[in-house]
Amino acid sequence: MTEIRFLLNGTPVSLTDAPPTHTLLDWLREDRALTGTKEGCNEGDCGACTVMVSDAADHRALNACLLFLPQLHGKSIRTVEGLAAPDGTLHPVQQAMIAHHGSQCGFCTPGVTMALACAHARGRTDHDDVLAGNLCRCTGYAPIIRAAEAAAATPLPAWLDADQQALSSFIVPEIRPEAAIDAPSVRATLATGDTPGYRPANSDDLADWYAANPGATLIAGATDVGLWVTKQLRDLGPVAFLAGVGDLRHVETRGKVIGIGACVTIEALRRALTGVHPSFAELLRRFASVQVREAATIGGNIANGSPIGDGPPALIALGTTLHLRQGDEMRSLPLEDFFLDYGRQDRRPGEFIAAVTIPAEAPGLRCYKLSKRFDQDISAVCGGFNLTLTDGRIAEARIAFGGMAGVPKRAAAVEAALIGQPWQEATIRAALPAFAEDFTPLSDMRASASYRLTTAGNMLLRYWHDLAGTPVQVLEVQP
Amino acid sequence: MSVTQPLPHDAAPLHVTGQARYIDDIPTPKGTLHLAFGLSGRAHAKVLALDLAPVRAAPGVVAVIGPDDLDPMPDCAPAAHDEPLLALGEVHYAGQPMFLVVAESHLAARRAARLACVTYEDLPTILTIDDAMTAGSRFEGGPVIWQNGDAEAAIAAAPQRLDGVIEIGGQEHFYLEGQAALALPQEAGDMVVHSSTQHPTEVQHKVAEALGLPMNAVRVEVRRMGGGFGGKESQGNALAVACALAARATGRPCKMRYDRDDDMIVTGKRHAFRIAYHVGHDAEGRIQGVEFVQMAQCGWSQDLSLPVCDRAMLHADNAYLIANMRIESHRLRTNTQSATAFRGFGGPQGMLGIERVLDHVAHAVGRDPLEVRRANFYAETGAEAGGCLPPASAPESISARMKEQVTPYRMPVEDFILHGLTARLEESADYRARQAAVAGWNATNAVLKKGIALTPVKFGISFTLTWLNQAGALVHVYQDGSVHLNHGGTEMGQGLFQKVAQVAAAGFGIDVARVKITATDTGKVPNTSATAASSGSDLNGMAVKAACDTIRGRLAEFLAERHQMRPEDVVFAAGRVAVGGADYAFEEVIAMAYQARISLSATGFYATPKVTWDRARGEGRPFFYFAYGAAVTEVVIDTLTGENRILRCDILHDAGASLNPAIDIGQIEGGYVQGAGWLTTEELVWDAAGRLGTHAPSTYKIPACSDRPRVFNVALWDEANREETIYRSKAVGEPPLMLGISAFLALSDAVASCGDGAIYPALDAPATPERVLAAIDRVRGV
Repeated sequence: MTEIRFLLNGTPVSLTDAPPTHTLLDWLREDRALTGTKEGCNEGDCGACTVMVSDAADHRALNACLLFLPQLHGKSIRTVEGLAAPDGTLHPVQQAMIAHHGSQCGFCTPGVTMALACAHARGRTDHDDVLAGNLCRCTGYAPIIRAAEAAAATPLPAWLDADQQALSSFIVPEIRPEAAIDAPSVRATLATGDTPGYRPANSDDLADWYAANPGATLIAGATDVGLWVTKQLRDLGPVAFLAGVGDLRHVETRGKVIGIGACVTIEALRRALTGVHPSFAELLRRFASVQVREAATIGGNIANGSPIGDGPPALIALGTTLHLRQGDEMRSLPLEDFFLDYGRQDRRPGEFIAAVTIPAEAPGLRCYKLSKRFDQDISAVCGGFNLTLTDGRIAEARIAFGGMAGVPKRAAAVEAALIGQPWQEATIRAALPAFAEDFTPLSDMRASASYRLTTAGNMLLRYWHDLAGTPVQVLEVQP
Repeated sequence: MSVTQPLPHDAAPLHVTGQARYIDDIPTPKGTLHLAFGLSGRAHAKVLALDLAPVRAAPGVVAVIGPDDLDPMPDCAPAAHDEPLLALGEVHYAGQPMFLVVAESHLAARRAARLACVTYEDLPTILTIDDAMTAGSRFEGGPVIWQNGDAEAAIAAAPQRLDGVIEIGGQEHFYLEGQAALALPQEAGDMVVHSSTQHPTEVQHKVAEALGLPMNAVRVEVRRMGGGFGGKESQGNALAVACALAARATGRPCKMRYDRDDDMIVTGKRHAFRIAYHVGHDAEGRIQGVEFVQMAQCGWSQDLSLPVCDRAMLHADNAYLIANMRIESHRLRTNTQSATAFRGFGGPQGMLGIERVLDHVAHAVGRDPLEVRRANFYAETGAEAGGCLPPASAPESISARMKEQVTPYRMPVEDFILHGLTARLEESADYRARQAAVAGWNATNAVLKKGIALTPVKFGISFTLTWLNQAGALVHVYQDGSVHLNHGGTEMGQGLFQKVAQVAAAGFGIDVARVKITATDTGKVPNTSATAASSGSDLNGMAVKAACDTIRGRLAEFLAERHQMRPEDVVFAAGRVAVGGADYAFEEVIAMAYQARISLSATGFYATPKVTWDRARGEGRPFFYFAYGAAVTEVVIDTLTGENRILRCDILHDAGASLNPAIDIGQIEGGYVQGAGWLTTEELVWDAAGRLGTHAPSTYKIPACSDRPRVFNVALWDEANREETIYRSKAVGEPPLMLGISAFLALSDAVASCGDGAIYPALDAPATPERVLAAIDRVRGV
């Protein structure tokens, strides 16, 4: 009943006794002696463990160090050992990496190769973004880009195509219906810490199970929970994997709002919002690397409660409503009210985030992320700005920040200083002192308190320049 | 001929298919155990009690080795014998290994290592350069001072003077493969160690010492590293020693690899420096005298800090003839990780010091920085100087310089090519037009500002410890004509094996595919120097060539005798051997020679000529030659946040007559990006208690793909080395890193454009957005 089945390099695999928090990386290297997939950091930041995870719909590049085995149920996995054809013919990306000197020490190369192969399968040519999560310390990336460009024009190798067909005929066992499990007995098993991990089939199933197991940990993309295991070496106790909860994966426009299921990945959301909220979509691109965005979910990003998560400041500025569910009970609240204090959210035992709704239009929305490095970095300061102007005056203001307090937080005093004022630079400058009323940020390894406070205010100035059409983004300057 | 060909890295097909094996990929015998260190949580403390009972009781733990279990305590230091494997009663930095866990799995070892109960009594900490200068906490008795001329008098007599200070942060190596070792116990107490090390002989030496065995009882093998960059010159010793001790204690193979966080918390990094300067110059920006005070944060033990700091002093001139220079070098002991070798080995910090001075002087006199640099360059020497003459300005001073052109350590500069090289780069990079375009942009953009800078590199090639400049090789030719190649150098991605294989193939006139490259092995070539100081291909290429020449000489003599010709009439080319009208396949000749009972195996040896160095006096010829290069970088900054990025980089670099242009260009591109990373995004941050906060890629940011210059033009300055190196090539490992200084000074240029020109930006490194914004405030007088 707890079988996990997937294809590994084209061959069916069935696991019945895998510990639920065993990572794919450890399993590949230690149990299957597939050592081509490398451990570079074990936290999803270097990409050396990138593998291709496919289903009928798509090929995704994911970090094997942050994938627990139950998340792979029903998928097809290709590791670097399985990228070439069975007869040894190299994948076009592999050939190009050799011909263009894309490897030096070779340790990042399997991950780079797999990331490029996934992008190749999807016809992506935005190589900088494709590789944002693959660190290389030797090459300076230039030859890797040359390889990616050379491989771009070649067709998808037939053997990978066949893979997806094989998957569609690969019988995935029905995920067990909730009725098949006697809840008390599950709880008993859970108490021993010897559980296979629950895999709810839909949100009703999840709601029932979580209500009965309120101390459990819910795992969607595992890009954060994974670190509890790989870095903090925690025993998670009971866990549920949300990969099968299909009814929380919707992005639907309903009139003036867009409903977004909690299990929508950051990457899926980015794609859905690219034409709708372009500034937010670009922030979601900078949220993290492709590998992380393809796994991480918007629900997880909110539920996590981090003061430096990139989703909440933009969502608060947008005016997002959060929808929570506990058993059969649903409730909704403005997103900013969810974050009570550092490490504390307005979430009851057994209650989970089901969805958010955001406005379908917000032409004044701008999102700015400030970090030491542009890609795959955690914000020092992340600001969401959403002003509405009427007759040259600021009618409404929603401004929120991450990295400035113990929670993602609205800049209430700044907003108050702006509302009703004429839209001009003097107004902005007059509002700057209000930042110190709203925020007393911390100094840490990412930035000092004074830098945070200064740049939060300067982001408002940037917003002014931005709306005026002045170039304000160094990323948009061409050589 | 196989040399000069841009062939791919020999292991590239293995890299892209996942078949290339690193230490953790080697199939291990059943029963292999896994190790982890328990680490100090304090920067400086007495250890009053170390209760390891909870560690021993943890699941999967086979043994726990504490400081009381080892007598004598093995040492892991490369030089000073000051690094006990485990802390003895006192911890000297947060992260110092205190005990060793031996367990059934890597995870079990990591879990158990966190369970010790330690009672500390905190001692005063010295965490910063300021702390150490105040406390007089240093290695060696006092500062090392080298000087030439009379800097004080020259500065006093100069028309203008200026002072400044630059803070230069350290740098984590971030080799993608962390430190790792595997020890396999052998019969009679012998030990075989697989180590991810740049210095197999050092590992052999330290393991033998720890086990109380002669070196002949320990064999160390290194097929490849997943990156080294200097971080595996000495830092792998502790893992290898730990594995060997545990393997002997348990009789089972033992493996240790640091988790990334442990790796960054335990191991040393590039030295952070503060460099203060006092300069006298004229109105044209010609420098009359400089006094430098270099303050280096060396960490808790000496490691390689003394030669690192020496090399910083040896590059305080970079490309400039400064007759009067005084350098005072403070090697400061602090309660932080022991700073170690890192690509450039102190050279980058010393060079950044003088490049900062040139930039500051140019700002002070209001001249173009490139012209000020040229006015201070060493003179071009030699008839074969790249076809470019020095600029027409001040010919009398140039001819005067030619006569007594020596560095501050009194080494003659005989191969200077930077006049011609920078002239060609200035043109190919369209430097002047772009400088004007940058000014135009800055005049019309309120928020974003651009900057541009051209900086040169002159880097000394050779180990400053003269006796390290030696190498050995072992070459076998088998009966079928296949060649087995071995030498003392290690492969860490730099393409050394490929280059040396090309040398071997050229030696026999055969295709490089017939040369099997084999793992570095202390049992094949003994007493090797570290693969460091950019010397890998210079030293090992020559040693391999010597071995091949020996075998080829025997073959030529054999064939010459048979054909009644002279040995020099025998020609080895394109897989054939021609002599006196006869033409054999190479393998035919080998088969004949074998049957004629001619030895088809030889060793080769090489010692670099000409180098001599008197460290105490700071005088001599520490370097066989100099490698040169220059880069132009253009950047853009955001004046509201300090965010910045590199837009374009053009590089012209001197690799001599390149052994493999593709590999050399790869070193240059990679070196530049690594150097730019050091000076921009890569920031190490310790908290007030001395704990490193940036110990994983989530918090320590090496350049990502999009950080590379969007336009990135790299070309080789194609001129043979004037010294007799292997096929007249030049070392290329370290020098390109310092091309990244152009990115830093381009940022400085962009910041300068934010003010009215009265205040120099005095940007510190790394130029994070926060530091750039602080510098903008400075020039604006905020």
